[in-house]
Amino acid sequence: MEPHNKLAAWLQAENISQAEMARRCEYDRSNFHRLLSGKLSPSLVLAARIERETRGAIPAVAWAEEASSGDTSHAGRYPAGGRAFPHRHLLSIGQLETHEILYLLDEAEQWVALNRQPQKHSDRLAGLTIINAFFENSTRTLLSFEIAGKRLGADVVNMHAAQSSVKKGETLIDTAVTLNSMRADAIVIRHQSSGAVALIADKVDCPVLNAGDGQHEHPTQALLDALALRHKLRERGEESFNGLVVTICGDVLHSRVARSNILCLQALGARVRVCAPPALMPTGVEAMGAEPFASFEAALSGADVVMMLRLQNERMEGQFIPSPREYRHLYGLTLERLRRCAPEAIVMHPGPMNRGVEIDSNVAELAGQSIITDQVEMGVAIRMACLDVLTRRERGVEGWA
Amino acid sequence: MKAQRPLTITGGRLVLPGGVRPGAIRCVDGRIAAVGEVNPAEGDEVIDAAGALVTPGLVDFGVFAIDKPAFHFGGITRAALMPDRSPPLDTPSSVRFAAQSGKPDLWVHPLAAATVGLEGGQLAELALMREAGARAIATGRKWIADSGTMLRLLQYAAMLDLVVVSHAEDGGLAGSAAATAGEMATRLGLPSAPAEAEALAVARDLALAEMAGTRLHLRHVTTRAALDLVRAAKARGVRVTAGVSPAHFMLSDLALQDFRTFARLSPPLRSESDRQAVVAGLADGTIDVVGSGHDPRGPEDKRLPFADAAPGMAGAETLLALTLTLARDGVIPVERVFDLLARSPARLLGVEAGELREGAEADLALVDPDKPWVVDSARMAASAGNTPFDKQPVEGRVTALWKGGVRIDG
Repeated sequence: MEPHNKLAAWLQAENISQAEMARRCEYDRSNFHRLLSGKLSPSLVLAARIERETRGAIPAVAWAEEASSGDTSHAGRYPAGGRAFPHRHLLSIGQLETHEILYLLDEAEQWVALNRQPQKHSDRLAGLTIINAFFENSTRTLLSFEIAGKRLGADVVNMHAAQSSVKKGETLIDTAVTLNSMRADAIVIRHQSSGAVALIADKVDCPVLNAGDGQHEHPTQALLDALALRHKLRERGEESFNGLVVTICGDVLHSRVARSNILCLQALGARVRVCAPPALMPTGVEAMGAEPFASFEAALSGADVVMMLRLQNERMEGQFIPSPREYRHLYGLTLERLRRCAPEAIVMHPGPMNRGVEIDSNVAELAGQSIITDQVEMGVAIRMACLDVLTRRERGVEGWA
Repeated sequence: MKAQRPLTITGGRLVLPGGVRPGAIRCVDGRIAAVGEVNPAEGDEVIDAAGALVTPGLVDFGVFAIDKPAFHFGGITRAALMPDRSPPLDTPSSVRFAAQSGKPDLWVHPLAAATVGLEGGQLAELALMREAGARAIATGRKWIADSGTMLRLLQYAAMLDLVVVSHAEDGGLAGSAAATAGEMATRLGLPSAPAEAEALAVARDLALAEMAGTRLHLRHVTTRAALDLVRAAKARGVRVTAGVSPAHFMLSDLALQDFRTFARLSPPLRSESDRQAVVAGLADGTIDVVGSGHDPRGPEDKRLPFADAAPGMAGAETLLALTLTLARDGVIPVERVFDLLARSPARLLGVEAGELREGAEADLALVDPDKPWVVDSARMAASAGNTPFDKQPVEGRVTALWKGGVRIDG
């Protein structure tokens, strides 16, 4: 029996009401109801509390086993089988419908649970070859994708194209064809030019994941940000992004993270403000639905979430700001500035951080509000979900093949 | 290659500067001998146009490649070649070679590089290049950043009575931009420059040309602000002309969707509002010339990420059909189409061609303005098929072409 059904049966046997149990577990009542109907997976904290309150009848590990058994708890909320995610590649958030974003987030929950177990391994992608082709230097994203692939049991190969034959004049298309001939089952690509990943996706037979293309999009980053944010909100007993005010501040012009997040957060119902010095604000960003601000103070006023971006000096041609010191003076997130936001505002940063420039250390580490390390954790789970979902057609998963 | 015997085309509709009139045209020794009420003489080769338009051969101003099959497909008998060759047309010998390269059935009029290596620094040997056959001076794909150099160039060109063809795009603003700043560039994350980069350069070049008394031709004027500047300059008598390519009155930056590199052009495609301003500029005569900017590029230049791809389109084949849409849409009458495509560019080059007039070179085309066809980038006469109009149905096709009274087999 699934743990949520077990729990419902246990409550009935013990003659404890749902409301009472929710109270004992310090959890929101309506969400507890959804948990019991299998529409929601519990957080680790909640699962532990349930174990405590049921005196071990429903152990926390049961939820994780349930999650990793592949029978996901959100069945019925999405179109059946492959229609839940009809795309061959994951190239941009712009190509996704809201329910497809939610589907990936929900799929990731099982991997969040698995990743919190001592044995973090599934054999779901056993025997598959995943190539991480990074045409631009990266440490964090590459590591995250590598771990994600390995935890799913795939053979993961990293190609550091930034220092390879690409430098010898081989065209991008030839590189793509080469990767394709090696019969990769999925290719993860990062490239310094906008649109490059879509170009490669056109030439290969396997699913392609965009791990960042130039200044265009970085879809898995936006998904992991949404997942981290959702976890934090659920912890506070909130479920929906509707009306949430998110301020994205920093080098918006050069940021693919900003573009993907503007699209993703709005699709989920949030209102997005973007804040940057004029030279780093892209023209026409309001046409994407974001509200532009030059004043950081105004942009922070009443915001529920603050997402800070790094200055991408490597992409700048010419001088955009006089100095890092001056940038901090105008756009650095300090504790004092954070107080302009809504109480308990959530602090995010896609990393790597320049501490003391766009964000102060004491803000980055602010307990209860900063979810910067959660973002990294969710990154692995999201990438596992994306790899799993995108390879289902090739693996012949029922309903997908 | 001289005409063997006189040629008379009867039963056509002659496209004359003042309008389209039924009539005949007779050519003797490679030149137009009579236009209008003409009867073929004994021994003439007689062609029955059967109601087709009889037009001057097109003069394509500002091409980047000599691509004879494409030019002949498009009814082009003369092409003004941009100096952006490898190496650039900055010496008399390279100009002389280029001027000979198309004969006899295509005349190439080289535009001399304004500066050595087109680097915008040192003036090239302009008078010697004029002797070698250069018909005008061009700054190339980029502007000359140094205003002092530009002024001296314009003064020197005025003394030589040569037109200066400038690329009006402020290099500091444009940088390595691949698109015009706006929603599309922002969504796609493309390096972009504001449309004002053009108006800035146009304002400067107009001021300098006015000061120097030079004839200035702005090769591409594609924005509302820059067109307003040109319109005002013309009104106060500045000797300025403006050109544009069909892409800039047919397409806006929406064509960049899905990172289609065939829509990567220089200057980049503009907003819809600017596109409409270009159409208005064509209607009121602010724009004098439509040129293809023919620049065939193979996959090694185009099958790349958008910003890394080379700008340019293969435009010679579609030049006439796309410009005829202006007449079909009622923007301008048919004879104005041939002003834009032949008469005005011929005048800029100072050649006796580009219109049906006695004494002019017998560069003629028969055009069926309603003949439908579909642009297909996989089956083009050009050496590469990089056209943003792929799979687009168009109307208007050249059915016969003569250069100097000699039939060109298409």
